[in-house]
Amino acid sequence: MNLLKTTLENGLTVVLRETHSAPVTSVWVWYRVGSRNEHLGITGISHWVEHMMFKGTERWPRQKLDQSIAREGGYLNAMTWYDFTAYFETLPSAKAYMALDIESDRMTNALFDPDEVAAERTVIISERQGNENDPTFLLDEELSGAAFRVHPYGHDTIGHLCDLQTMTREDLYTHYRSYYGPNNAILAAAGDFNAGEMLRMIESTFGRIAPRNTLPQVMAQEPPQKGERRVTVEGDAGVDYLAMAFHTPEATHPDIHALTVLSTVLAGGSGSLVGRGSLTNYTSRLYRAVVQSQLAADVSASLIPTVDPNLYRISATVLPEHSPAEVENAIRTEIDEIRRNPITAEELAKAKRQARALFAFSSESITNQAFWLGFSEIFADTSWFLRYLEKLEAVTAEDVLRVANTYMRPQNLTVGHYLSNYSEE
Amino acid sequence: MGRNKVALPGPGDVLRQMLPNGITVLARENFISPSVVIDGYLISGSEDDPAEREGLASFTVDVMERGTHQRPFEQLYEEVESVGAAFGFSTGVHITSFGAKGLAEQLPLLLEICNDVMRNPAFAPEQIEHARAELLSTLREQEFDTRTRAAHAFHELTYPIGHPYRRRVTGTPDTIAQLKEADLRAFHERNITPRGMVIAIVGAVKAQAALETVQNIFRDWEGDRPARPALPEVPALTERREQYVPLPEKTQTDLVLGWPGPSRRSPDFLACQLANTILGVFGMMGRLGEQVRSQNGLAYYVYSSLEGGAGPGPWQAIAGVHPLQVEKTVALILDEIRRLRDEAVPAMELEDSKSYLTGSLPLRLETNEGVAGTLTHIERYDLGLDYLQRYQERIRAISALDVQTAARRWLNPEAFALGISGPPQKLNP
Repeated sequence: MNLLKTTLENGLTVVLRETHSAPVTSVWVWYRVGSRNEHLGITGISHWVEHMMFKGTERWPRQKLDQSIAREGGYLNAMTWYDFTAYFETLPSAKAYMALDIESDRMTNALFDPDEVAAERTVIISERQGNENDPTFLLDEELSGAAFRVHPYGHDTIGHLCDLQTMTREDLYTHYRSYYGPNNAILAAAGDFNAGEMLRMIESTFGRIAPRNTLPQVMAQEPPQKGERRVTVEGDAGVDYLAMAFHTPEATHPDIHALTVLSTVLAGGSGSLVGRGSLTNYTSRLYRAVVQSQLAADVSASLIPTVDPNLYRISATVLPEHSPAEVENAIRTEIDEIRRNPITAEELAKAKRQARALFAFSSESITNQAFWLGFSEIFADTSWFLRYLEKLEAVTAEDVLRVANTYMRPQNLTVGHYLSNYSEE
Repeated sequence: MGRNKVALPGPGDVLRQMLPNGITVLARENFISPSVVIDGYLISGSEDDPAEREGLASFTVDVMERGTHQRPFEQLYEEVESVGAAFGFSTGVHITSFGAKGLAEQLPLLLEICNDVMRNPAFAPEQIEHARAELLSTLREQEFDTRTRAAHAFHELTYPIGHPYRRRVTGTPDTIAQLKEADLRAFHERNITPRGMVIAIVGAVKAQAALETVQNIFRDWEGDRPARPALPEVPALTERREQYVPLPEKTQTDLVLGWPGPSRRSPDFLACQLANTILGVFGMMGRLGEQVRSQNGLAYYVYSSLEGGAGPGPWQAIAGVHPLQVEKTVALILDEIRRLRDEAVPAMELEDSKSYLTGSLPLRLETNEGVAGTLTHIERYDLGLDYLQRYQERIRAISALDVQTAARRWLNPEAFALGISGPPQKLNP
């Protein structure tokens, strides 16, 4: 892969990939700040700061920001998650400079106008309330809270309602000034450009920004879980849901690739680290155990690469006439089995074939390519992404058996049941 | 600084051929990545559902995907999943779409799977019950979903009883419970035929080779399907119609406000598309986003959407708001509708939205899926293979008056349908 990776004097990490498949460039700026960097009282603050970054600077007022990119046929957006806040513009290559201009400007010059903060408070609360309408959000929120009692991964990125109601403009601005600087950021770009020319433009736009003196560090470490935890959520969703979560290690841990194979065998390739979402999982063990057996309407799993240890989650929608407990039991039987006996050679080979295909699909769009370059720098570095298939290829059935026994123990499990209390009367 | 002029797909690089049995094949090469995408459709949809069997078209396809005579469920998905490929079918009102994705060498396998599912479904009784249980579970989830309920309410207010746009593609729990194996077999026999089928193949396969693979697999399929009656007329709305669906314990209210809109073939469709872009798409969701979200902080999401399919599909404004803010949001949306009708769009704003529509073409065509979907769209509405080449010129030709005329014709702020779903206790305080 044709990559240029360097660090500017002010600490900005730059990763560039030339790819000339379409006359398009995607520019991403990633900050190492997300829900991981929050504590009670300011949960949701990283995400709210992300919203404020669209409210403009002196040079790029709000409407000019949205409209200038759209006028060129491009789009811009942003996302906040556990470990990062990321901003991107995908636009015709001839206009790539505009993205650099916008992102370098709002790295330090966002206004946080008090009236805009006030208007955005209700928008953010509306976003949270939209999430609350989804019963699986409510269940996942409870599940995470129970699984983590120390580490900030225990609260959702959107934040608690009470914090969204009480945080101040000063809280937001302080957060912004603490974390937004070149030495806490990664610029990743992919597209139809010359990497040398692109680097010179990046130096001319970002190069003069002074680094932040001190960056707050996250000290929290989740203590090992000593026994199974259980939560129940009741609501009127009309359908019951099950969620199960096991603590798993950080993305740079050597076990992470064997866990990806384990997850693929259990619940299909779409739950693996790279390229989620595009494959069916009808031949996976859990699908056979709970969907083919008509206990659940669907089952899925997800393993997320993060800086600190996180959770491997399994979710299912329970069919009427059955209960979350029945689905849970069927899944536990499968987990017992995968802890007892090695997966078959064919299952191992199939998991690797799925990973290869998903990896190929994930590199198709230019926006996705730039996403992966930046995202992998957040939790590891680009070599993690580039060597992903190679590492996966090296996984053996014995590795899978070992990680199954290391992580999928009942003492390491949190179970959530969503029980619909709706009655037809 | 773009170094590479990549041409828009067009007559110069898209192979198009109609087979004797009525299948149209489109193929375009792209060797940038080793994958291939199939995108196509069959002429079968919920408008073919018999009156008392709402959901039959969609349910038939659900079961078709669950195994063929040669490939029972497990084997079918083992063949596909074991190589990391995927395929799927999806039923709409007028057509049934299908698609598949895999590495280039899997094209023959994926085409053969699509062929087998279309022509030789097993309709095994246990798979019918399986599909039924899953669908009933999904329909039950939708009963408690504010967005779905608001959308259903809008359709019931807008389209007359019996109109395919009023009925649900997925059917209802009552109709799905009653569908029998014989219904599915009869529907399949009557409606799933090669006539009018379109299949586009885009990716790392030579276009001629893609065409020949389709020919080899589908050429011996013969058959015709019955002609369809014309869609019933949809009378214009004559007053404000509102339906509110209470869902206890929800925290947010979703609303859908709109009208029956132009079909894709309507002469003023592109003017409507431009009007819709100005209203609720451009930048952060157009004028609606500016008013409802940015100025007033009422909603996390608000936008407008123009369906523009084969018939008078909806033209809607959609928002999720606090239950106390429903009336205020509706008033702001109607203000923007009035402004679009009463005032010519300023020259700069018009230019911006035009630039967005034409400038975003390369981005929409960035992936194989994007190109394949565009090719089937062009074929479906007879837009001509040079449509993308002519698109810029046609958008450029639209005037502020055209936009205003389109808004006046389709969007009436005094007569509209409004579907709302959310928590009851906080509505209309």
